[in-house]
Amino acid sequence: METMDQILAKQAFFADFPAAFADLIAGCASNCHFKAGEYLLREGDPADRFFLLREGKVALEIAAPARAPVVLTTLKEGQIVGVSWLTAPYRAEFDARAMEPVRAIAIDAKCLRGKCEADHHLGYEMMKRFLPLVVERLHATRMQILDVYGQR
Amino acid sequence: MQPQALEDPFVPDIYRVEKVRRELADAVTLELEPQSGTRPDFRPGQFNMLYAFGVGEVAISMSASARLGAGFVHTVRNAGAVSGALARLEPGATLGVRGPFGTGWPVPEAEGRDVLIVAGGLGLAPLRPAIQDVLAHRERYGRVTILVGCRSPHDILYQHDLEEWRQRLDVTVEVTVDHAGTDWHGDVGFVTTLIPRSPFDPDNAVAMVCGPEVMMRFAASALLKAGVPASAIHLSMERNMKCAIGLCGHCQFGPKFVCKDGPVFPLDRISGLLAVQEI
Repeated sequence: METMDQILAKQAFFADFPAAFADLIAGCASNCHFKAGEYLLREGDPADRFFLLREGKVALEIAAPARAPVVLTTLKEGQIVGVSWLTAPYRAEFDARAMEPVRAIAIDAKCLRGKCEADHHLGYEMMKRFLPLVVERLHATRMQILDVYGQR
Repeated sequence: MQPQALEDPFVPDIYRVEKVRRELADAVTLELEPQSGTRPDFRPGQFNMLYAFGVGEVAISMSASARLGAGFVHTVRNAGAVSGALARLEPGATLGVRGPFGTGWPVPEAEGRDVLIVAGGLGLAPLRPAIQDVLAHRERYGRVTILVGCRSPHDILYQHDLEEWRQRLDVTVEVTVDHAGTDWHGDVGFVTTLIPRSPFDPDNAVAMVCGPEVMMRFAASALLKAGVPASAIHLSMERNMKCAIGLCGHCQFGPKFVCKDGPVFPLDRISGLLAVQEI
């Protein structure tokens, strides 16, 4: 049976992650499952976990009064769900709904934040992975907002 | 077969609309047959100047492979006076056609390599002949991946083709939309987000990209980041084309003319021009 650090080492997100840090991450990680329709995160809830998807698809969505929820993006195998754990006030900004059965690694964000605070090298390694992800999603969202395929 | 030389590139031939198929709320596909003679051969990626009599002329890419019929197929979006007049044509109507013009997609050059198609919105139309030709000789290519982005689930062009291609076991087809409700079960996100997850060898891939220019810039950036060399990334540029043979200068793009030197360019020939706002 694979150990958690072995599972994490296979994920592209943790590629080339120093072994000593991988052990620290594994100590905060656990396997989890969600049925289709269940929520991994709810807007406004404490961002005390984030997820690395191993199987299935998740919709990040936002609800507005008197309107159907709008899906902002969908995430799949190998992708991260949840970045709000990185910045205060550590609250989820969107709902994350399993569109189909989902298998994921849940990482205890409070535990990891503590370890990052205690070891800034670990914190920097995590930032080097999360910052490009956040920038990439920001760029993609800007393109979506631009509505580039619409009529001029 | 080499495309035939045009006798007088300014004189349109008369074509008849054989079929009209509504693709989207604002886009139709016209199947055209020559009123007399045969239509010239052409390569995927080339375009014709379509003349709506009494209204004007506009450049429209071929949207079906030359191997699939004796006429021309063009998908036209109602985006202005001329394209609107073309989009309202009915079977039996006639129009003027000059062409084919321009450069094509590097379909033969891609043999033996992975092929990555990145289409945004109506950009799938100029890419469809290239896809059809690649799939007609599937064994000559490595992995084939088709990435399509569009505005919403209601704006997916050529749904029937996408479904047919997706059913094949030797092609990866991914479709994503920018805006969707919870009733959409497909992907949501900008088309460039599909690139890092796609199966291709960046050292041995040819990418063909078509869509709004801003989308192509970001797609090119994502492809470069994935390791695809600029010389292997091909974009189909769009400018206001008039003469279509590089004389009038309407479509000047820096030192190049999109009608004559393009519309399909390898990125390494135009990368310095893409970010220049004035051109």
